[in-house]
Amino acid sequence: MSMTLVREIAASHRGQRGALLPILHAVQEALGCVPPEAIPVLADELNLSRADVHGVVSFYHDFRSAPAGRTTVRICRGEACQAVGAERLVSQLQDRCGMSLGETSRDGSLTVEQVFCLGNCALGPAAQVNGRLRGRLDEARLSAIVDEAVVQ
Amino acid sequence: MSAPVTVYVPSDSAARSVGADEVADALASAAARQGRSIRLVRNGSRGLLWLEPLVEVETEDGRIGYGPVAASDVDGLVSGGLFDGAELPQRLGVVDELPWLAAQNRVTFARMGVTDPLSPDDYLRHGGMVGLVRALERSPEDVVAEVTDSGLRGRGGAGFPAGIKWKTVHDCVDALKFVCCNADEGDSGTFADRMLMEGDPFLLIEGMTIAAYAVGATEGYVYIRSEYPEAVATMRAAIEIAYGRGWLGDNVLGSSLNFDLQVRVGGGAYICGEETSMLESLEGKRGMVRAKPPIPAINGLFGKPTVVNNVLTLATVPTVLAHGAQAYQQLGVERSRGTQVFQLGGNIKHGGIVETAFGITLGALVDGYGGGTRSGRPVRAVQVGGPLGAYLPRAKFDLPMDYEAFVAAGAMVGHGGIVVFDETVDMAAQARFAMEFCAAESCGKCTPCRVGAVRGVEVIDRIRAGEHRDENLALLEDLCDVMTEGSLCAMGGLTPMPVRSAITHFADDFYARHASAKTEGKP
Repeated sequence: MSMTLVREIAASHRGQRGALLPILHAVQEALGCVPPEAIPVLADELNLSRADVHGVVSFYHDFRSAPAGRTTVRICRGEACQAVGAERLVSQLQDRCGMSLGETSRDGSLTVEQVFCLGNCALGPAAQVNGRLRGRLDEARLSAIVDEAVVQ
Repeated sequence: MSAPVTVYVPSDSAARSVGADEVADALASAAARQGRSIRLVRNGSRGLLWLEPLVEVETEDGRIGYGPVAASDVDGLVSGGLFDGAELPQRLGVVDELPWLAAQNRVTFARMGVTDPLSPDDYLRHGGMVGLVRALERSPEDVVAEVTDSGLRGRGGAGFPAGIKWKTVHDCVDALKFVCCNADEGDSGTFADRMLMEGDPFLLIEGMTIAAYAVGATEGYVYIRSEYPEAVATMRAAIEIAYGRGWLGDNVLGSSLNFDLQVRVGGGAYICGEETSMLESLEGKRGMVRAKPPIPAINGLFGKPTVVNNVLTLATVPTVLAHGAQAYQQLGVERSRGTQVFQLGGNIKHGGIVETAFGITLGALVDGYGGGTRSGRPVRAVQVGGPLGAYLPRAKFDLPMDYEAFVAAGAMVGHGGIVVFDETVDMAAQARFAMEFCAAESCGKCTPCRVGAVRGVEVIDRIRAGEHRDENLALLEDLCDVMTEGSLCAMGGLTPMPVRSAITHFADDFYARHASAKTEGKP
């Protein structure tokens, strides 16, 4: 079923030059990830080798092989956020929630990732929560965000 | 009922990150409760980011600013007369006259925060499309010459003269050429590209269209990093509006120019901000750096002649065409002409956008505009030009912001981002992070970058642990040489810059922690 969708997505991008990245983004948008079984399908649709497609998927940090949790918190670890205590927020997540960067909680409620710069360098520490930018974070505000995610 | 009062609340994602949406909602409901008719405009941000959310109210005296405003303040402010520009604790005065803003020379960012980003009529009312109209009246050769004469250099970091790049593409005879905007603004401490795309997207479209006309290109791409979803959405919406207005597509503004433009989204790879890696990514491949030559101007996207410029470079072109190369060229110093959009970030009191002519000193930006640190502690170090830029101590604050002066000081202006650190910073940890970042983001093509960065982390760890300090520092120096000389692009080539500058200017931090504790910090 989902592979039919992958084929449809590939077909709908056929007219575009260098369409693989837009296709991968569309697949991830539809399925929450780029599942391993999509790779041979995309290779077939685009007349590429499986190695080519796998190489692209694995090169970019964005593409996941399994869906993320219901809430994704991406903490900025760029220098500008480090200067205002981003690393404290990272250790808080590790200590308080027992989660390291890149992990999804066992109940599937929360994924925590690192990101290098969200372009909010004057209002750090920054994070992106389900795609939405947050600024001037501190331990309390981050806790509130995480708690909200776990409740959902 | 009186005429509706116009109220501005920024839609910029930095403003929204600290509650601008909630403030806008609260203002709308407060107005409704008062039976007051307001016209709520979501403008771009003025760039006075420490004042966000910055609410502006249109009055007879001008646009009066209030900030920072929290949603919980709104009811009090409204009942206190905010809609009439009343004197209230958060009242800042007429925004255009605030010294922080009035002292700047806003050229590229002239419309920023003034207009509704997605209103083409606003854009026209505030001088939009004049540059493109002027360009289309002249020959492509003339347009290229105008850009060359302006002295405009690439704002992405490398500072290559834009006009020379354009001439190379123009002189190629290929039927298919491309204009690519590098909007993969991955450097920490830089956010001007994001703000411009969110706050004045038609300006970038106009600049790219002028570039297309000048070099004979018919297709363009804006490659935006996936970390900027709002910029992606705004640019896509603006492009659609521009097509509807005849600003893009066939026969742009009734001329013979055909230009199609689309947004492409990156995949979270820092290296794709390197131009050849970005081209590979646009072609649907891994973002592996290409060897140069051949240069992208001759052999670029899909092997065709391609202009690759940064957002700010392209967004400055309309001004150059509208007001002439001479006017732009008169600003700046030496070979750094025009203005730079400096970005103040990190541990800074007054962070945001300072657009001013090249030549202003680093100290005037950090202490003057920036007002020192947000924490109130003394400034210890600033990193200029992103993660690959040098760390500089206060002793270097008299350096003028000028490409060549910075190179002579072992640093780089880069994209104009300045990140401030207070005295609590551990510079050996920052040097380690530079290597760690390079190891995480290297495309892997060049061994000195791919492996060297990992070895760099290890060597710095040994130095910090006090193991054979002198020998390991010599080894690190040697490793930096190999990375600088043996890498194709700036990732491996410039990662040594923050590392070396940290060692040069903050040598004390490279003594073992326990050793320095014993000797009270100063071995």
